[in-house]
Amino acid sequence: MRSRRLKKDRNVDMARLGDMAKVLRSKNSGPFEITLDILFDHPGQYRRTIESGVLTRETIAALYHIPLEHVTVLVAFDTALGIKITYLRDVSSGTFGDRDVYGAQQHAPLMELEIS
Amino acid sequence: MQTCICAPCGILGYGFPEQSFQLALEAQPDAIVVDAGSTDAGPHKLGAGIAIVSRMALRQDLNRLMLGARKLHIPLIIGSAGGSGARKHTLWCMEVIEDICHEIGWFPHIEIIWADIDDREILAGLNEGRVEKMSPNVSDLTPETLARTNGVVAQMGAEPIIEALQTGAEIVLCGRAYDPAPFAALAMYRGHDPALGYHMGKILECGALCCEPGTTKDCMLGLLEDDGFTVWSPNPARKCTPVSVAAHTFYEKSHPYELPGPGMMLDLHDCSFVDAGDGKVRVTGSQIRYMPYTVKLEGARRIAFRTFVIAGIRDPLLIAKLDEVERGVEQSVRLSYGDIPPERYHIRFVHYGIDGVMGPLEPDRTVPHEVGLMFEVIADTQELADAVCASVRSTYLHYGYEGRKSTAGNLAFPFAPSDVSFGPVYEFSVYHLLSVDSPTRLFPMERLSWEKDAQPPAEERQER
Repeated sequence: MRSRRLKKDRNVDMARLGDMAKVLRSKNSGPFEITLDILFDHPGQYRRTIESGVLTRETIAALYHIPLEHVTVLVAFDTALGIKITYLRDVSSGTFGDRDVYGAQQHAPLMELEIS
Repeated sequence: MQTCICAPCGILGYGFPEQSFQLALEAQPDAIVVDAGSTDAGPHKLGAGIAIVSRMALRQDLNRLMLGARKLHIPLIIGSAGGSGARKHTLWCMEVIEDICHEIGWFPHIEIIWADIDDREILAGLNEGRVEKMSPNVSDLTPETLARTNGVVAQMGAEPIIEALQTGAEIVLCGRAYDPAPFAALAMYRGHDPALGYHMGKILECGALCCEPGTTKDCMLGLLEDDGFTVWSPNPARKCTPVSVAAHTFYEKSHPYELPGPGMMLDLHDCSFVDAGDGKVRVTGSQIRYMPYTVKLEGARRIAFRTFVIAGIRDPLLIAKLDEVERGVEQSVRLSYGDIPPERYHIRFVHYGIDGVMGPLEPDRTVPHEVGLMFEVIADTQELADAVCASVRSTYLHYGYEGRKSTAGNLAFPFAPSDVSFGPVYEFSVYHLLSVDSPTRLFPMERLSWEKDAQPPAEERQER
């Protein structure tokens, strides 16, 4: 079967965020925002992700094709070994034009991010 | 001082294992508190006055909770009755409670706290500059929007619920409430630190979701003390860990550790989460910053009626030019309805397998071998939506595009008939903060009267 993922030359030291994170999810935070949670099991992987500098508001804006100012929150919380990103919805939950009423399937592009 | 709270499940009506609940009652909790609310299912529930759970599911949960509360002589507090917490939802829940009371022969002291906000209150707020949108992508609130909105509710804080507890109520049924507020109210009523009460409420309002494995459909216990609190599930299969409980503060919130609520901001940055053994986690360091008191307003309005079709496409020649074909289909349909003002209806095509879930945000544009197609027409009447959608379907089915070989038909319908006449479509038209001078004035309390065979007043019954 043909792989749907684009084949890239991959540095062996790189890791997919989708493999490193224990929880990688999206959900509404109210009807006008979607929030992405990246949570880790191990402090090492959490630190590595933060120190890689890959996760920035600019990265998210580019990955999701949204204006930078729509990425309203990108905060790490050491105690929870987690990173939270919140962005504004184009269309509010459950009205005409929405595609994901609960916002629960908007996280997948994050899985492909390569962490050095 | 210690206060133990049992949270049976994440949403009243979601159910919970009987064994977990019995174990929870054996811990001798001081109250059973359950949240029933959510805006997650979209604006339709609030706009149309529909509940999140079925009446049967609600009755089953309530019956067990009421028997438990009666047995232990402890209060039962329900937040955001019926999901959206408007009058209609609250009455619906009240009716089930009354039915159960008659059935089990228990006529407790019940206080209802209403959360419906009169338009005049909001208009006054607008005039005085006391209304602020929750985020920049919320539409402006105008008197016209308000007039078209099907009733507005506000999320109450802990204060109105504390007043209800002070009357000695055995059941407190709240309209729309900030999800942690019913828990915080019990905590504050018993003299605990509001920061700990709100934080523990934030964890318990989702049931056992903060455990591993997590679920909203199982019980949790929380034990408040002077300098912290401990949470755990009575179900031994579910363990709390410091990371699982800390991470739960992320859930459905914009910010990981700053949680704004009515009249305050909960700051969890300096919290410590410590393993207390046996799947229990002890939390200390929750802080609260008091802010000018605001309540969150929620309202929904009907914007249109919808008809939609689901179909599959397997022909690679068509998949290669979907956008072009759909532009042609829409043009042809609009031409055939030339007498109808074009703004009276909208047509939308969604392609599962390409970008159905994420739309313009989708980074992966790989062309698949088959596409799940959904198209919908929304219009200002159901009749028009039905008519236009039927034309889109027949036009699409037979549309002759450049290079087409499958001249017998373009779409594989899984159902006959193919068109689903869906009904009204809503949107959140109000999602604003209202500054208020009192945490309780907008949330009137009403004691249920058991006189006249426990029938509510006639005017209320007519609204059901």
